[in-house]
Amino acid sequence: MKTSLDRHSGGSLLMQSTRTKRRNAAETRFKLYGIAAIAVSLLMLMVLLTTIVSKGLGAYQQTFITLQVELLEKKLDKKGNRNLTDIKKVSTFGYAPLIKASITETVEELGIVTGLKAKQMAGILSKGAAAQLRDYVIANPGRIGDTVQFRFLATSRVDGYLKGRVSRSSIENDKSIAPEHLDLVDSLIEAGLIEKTFNIDFIIGADASDQRPEAAGMGVSILGSLSMVLVVLALALPIGVGASIYLEEFAPKNWVTDVIEVNISNLAAVPSIVFGILGLAVFINYMHLPMSAPLVGGLVLTLMTLPTIIISTRAALSAVPPSIRDAALGVGASPMQTVFHHVLPLAAPGILTGTIIGLAQALGETAPLLLIGMVGFVASNAPDSIASGLLSPNSAMPAQIYEWAKRADPAFYERAWGGIILLLLFLVSMNLVAVILRRRFERRW
Amino acid sequence: MNDMTLTERNVDIKDIKIAASNVQVHYGETHAIKDVNVSIEDKTVTAFIGPSGCGKSTFLRCLNRMNDTIQTCSVKGNILLDGEDIYDKRVDVVQLRAKVGMVFQKPNPFPKSIYDNVAYGPKIHGMARGKSELDEIVEKALRRAAIWEEVKDRLNAPGTGLSGGQQQRLCIARAVATEPEVLLMDEPCSALDPIATAQVEELIDELRQRFSVVIVTHSMQQAARVSQKTAFFHLGSLVEFGETGQIFTNPNDPRTESYITGRIG
Repeated sequence: MKTSLDRHSGGSLLMQSTRTKRRNAAETRFKLYGIAAIAVSLLMLMVLLTTIVSKGLGAYQQTFITLQVELLEKKLDKKGNRNLTDIKKVSTFGYAPLIKASITETVEELGIVTGLKAKQMAGILSKGAAAQLRDYVIANPGRIGDTVQFRFLATSRVDGYLKGRVSRSSIENDKSIAPEHLDLVDSLIEAGLIEKTFNIDFIIGADASDQRPEAAGMGVSILGSLSMVLVVLALALPIGVGASIYLEEFAPKNWVTDVIEVNISNLAAVPSIVFGILGLAVFINYMHLPMSAPLVGGLVLTLMTLPTIIISTRAALSAVPPSIRDAALGVGASPMQTVFHHVLPLAAPGILTGTIIGLAQALGETAPLLLIGMVGFVASNAPDSIASGLLSPNSAMPAQIYEWAKRADPAFYERAWGGIILLLLFLVSMNLVAVILRRRFERRW
Repeated sequence: MNDMTLTERNVDIKDIKIAASNVQVHYGETHAIKDVNVSIEDKTVTAFIGPSGCGKSTFLRCLNRMNDTIQTCSVKGNILLDGEDIYDKRVDVVQLRAKVGMVFQKPNPFPKSIYDNVAYGPKIHGMARGKSELDEIVEKALRRAAIWEEVKDRLNAPGTGLSGGQQQRLCIARAVATEPEVLLMDEPCSALDPIATAQVEELIDELRQRFSVVIVTHSMQQAARVSQKTAFFHLGSLVEFGETGQIFTNPNDPRTESYITGRIG
């Protein structure tokens, strides 16, 4: 008779053998590595997001100064006949005295004591104030002679003072602003004439010159980016999906298609600046397409996005079970009917995801744009038609951000971070669309 | 084997629907089908039996040129459908497959509604002139596949939501909806439980009234139950072809006998 202990000659189930212990320890360690890796990446993400938000949020607020300006007839319309051509002859220099007069009057009315002269006092306003006034007068010549209330942008220094970037100690060596200016600003804040509010012009406005960071906006470069993405979508999606369908469903499997396949995979790994120099050589130097135009940018980004779209589309197509193809062919569908009626609808979620990822990649690409001149100061206002949107020089969101980041004035630096927030919002919403479309089109088989 | 119930046999001579002679199939270097000669009669169920890898499915797929989708596959020899060579250069496979329908081993309904599954074939072949005609065709096909009663209230439900046996009958309905002349079935019951199998077998017997049915099966009982003619394949060759009763009770070839008694396979 065996005792129950004898039966445990292979070891009791209630005790872990050394091997089992080691295996379990290895498993636990592996899980810990995984958790640690995720924790580190989450931490990095948090640091990144908090930095971006804390540095960039300021760009969405701007300091405005409210002033009553008397639009003197003798300065703006000497003949008094409200003739637009005559009014247009008065340059922004002619408007500067009106602003000076207005600010002097305001200061006197409020009883603020300052050592600054009228011209110096006007220095707290943006250099674009006179132009703003002139635009208003040209648009409303009937108001000449009246006293009109205006909200002028403050200079970036005053704006920085309100945002805490500029202080009395930091401007010791600053020629464009003095402590007296800040005293004046303090008094005007007390009087409620200076306030910091949300600035829609950062999102819809155009870039501004080095002297006026307070007026710079992302709007035109957003349009540039969108037109490029449209070009990419219109070209890369049909070409990429068509090429993938042919390669995956129709092309004979021989060495030619093998070579093509290897080349497409390699193209996906080519640095984007190579596509930029290709675009410069082919589209601009050889085909003489306009420089800095979103059309050319879109063409370059199409080249860059095609491999991504082709690879993901082919993966989506080959993931469709062959039994579906058999079924369709079995009832007498032609190969093309099989693809378009059955395979493509099933592959659609994968294709859409790949395309949107490709588009997002194109939207965030900067390097190739440097080479075709899509980076730089574009002060033009929004394009008036789709054609001019595609053909007139423009910038793109990442190029605009790069442009701001390399300018000297710290006010631009804040705008660069603000631009990054916008760019990220665009990318996140595109990815969100990808996820939603995927959910909607996903079908089980 | 002798006491197995066999279906009644038609000994009277029928029209030859498909005549295959000297068929050779190569997959690259592999010689999959060696010199097969078979005549498939009209309005008859012909069963292909044999051990796995013997080439019976390959041969079945030659009959509606489904092998065309495999690049390395080459077919030699003659396969005549109603006297016309289906591998002739002038033959369009789409027309051929409309005449020779196929049901696959694994139920493979389209991920669409039950109605669309059945209506797809008639639609692409332009068989219906309007919605009501299409409705009729769909109902007729579903009735023939003995699934109408189960699905008539949920024609818009996805075909993939049915049970395995229902899915296979849906696939049969889809195949018969295009009014084929020959119906090829590649192990149609291998994924089904005994009850669903019995339903499909009953169905095959009914389909025989209108079509010529060729069925590949692993189950010798099934071959005996549903077929009138049986072909035994072994290692790519057709070993024996004849009346089902004769094959199962009195085979000529010793290999056939070994297989049906379970000694090889």
